[in-house]
Amino acid sequence: MSHVDAKANRPLSPHLQVYRPIVTMVMSIMHRITGSALFFGTILLVWWLVAAATGPEAFAIANGFMGSWIGIILLFGFSWALIHHTLGGIRHFIWDTGRGFDEKSREGLAWATIIGSVSLTILLWIIGLIAI
Amino acid sequence: MANMTTPLKRVRGLGSARSGTDHFWIQRLTALANVPLVLFFLVLVISLAGESYDVVLDRLSSPLVAIIFVLTIASIAIHMRVGMQVVIEDYIHRDPTRVLLLIANTFFSLFVAAASIFAILKISFGG
Repeated sequence: MSHVDAKANRPLSPHLQVYRPIVTMVMSIMHRITGSALFFGTILLVWWLVAAATGPEAFAIANGFMGSWIGIILLFGFSWALIHHTLGGIRHFIWDTGRGFDEKSREGLAWATIIGSVSLTILLWIIGLIAI
Repeated sequence: MANMTTPLKRVRGLGSARSGTDHFWIQRLTALANVPLVLFFLVLVISLAGESYDVVLDRLSSPLVAIIFVLTIASIAIHMRVGMQVVIEDYIHRDPTRVLLLIANTFFSLFVAAASIFAILKISFGG
């Protein structure tokens, strides 16, 4: 017994990658990822606001970046993350009332979050592009 | 003298973490505030899309817009701080990395709040 490598023989609980991804699990992970992305995405908001407060030249630089391809991709991602995280939060509010825990509701709410966030983001950008 | 308190007694009240349900409550309170505030933010940003510098300044200096925007920033900064705190606590178990990241999280969130609110107020007060 003294020569047994206890660490190697210890049973491990299953890791994340052995599970088949299911929609509720994916939405839970995405809620975290979008939240973390929004955390860092606030840098864009700070830059834009501080640039506007600084003067026309600084604002033109910030606006120029937001209008560039990389800027548009970042803003599109930011807006989707914001909408997705908001819808995910509303899902949590429904759960907070003790409702929506049965399988059908869970799956329905998870699908509503992703379908809702993608369609609302596209709709938002269509409205935004028409406004320009 | 031996400690006569039972584990049940210890976790009652504020619980073993000594913070009770404060974290959960602040998360939900700011989340609730964020729903209408984010809606306001999206409408504001879309209304400003493609507008000139003067129009942007004029819109941001409107008292109602500025007040709601400041509230939005405050609510978001608190929400993102407690949210990122959970993420750090869940994945980083090694000290001092964990503590340093928690400190950085607070500093970053405060910076975002201070810089954004200062910018809005400066624009609003006509600076």
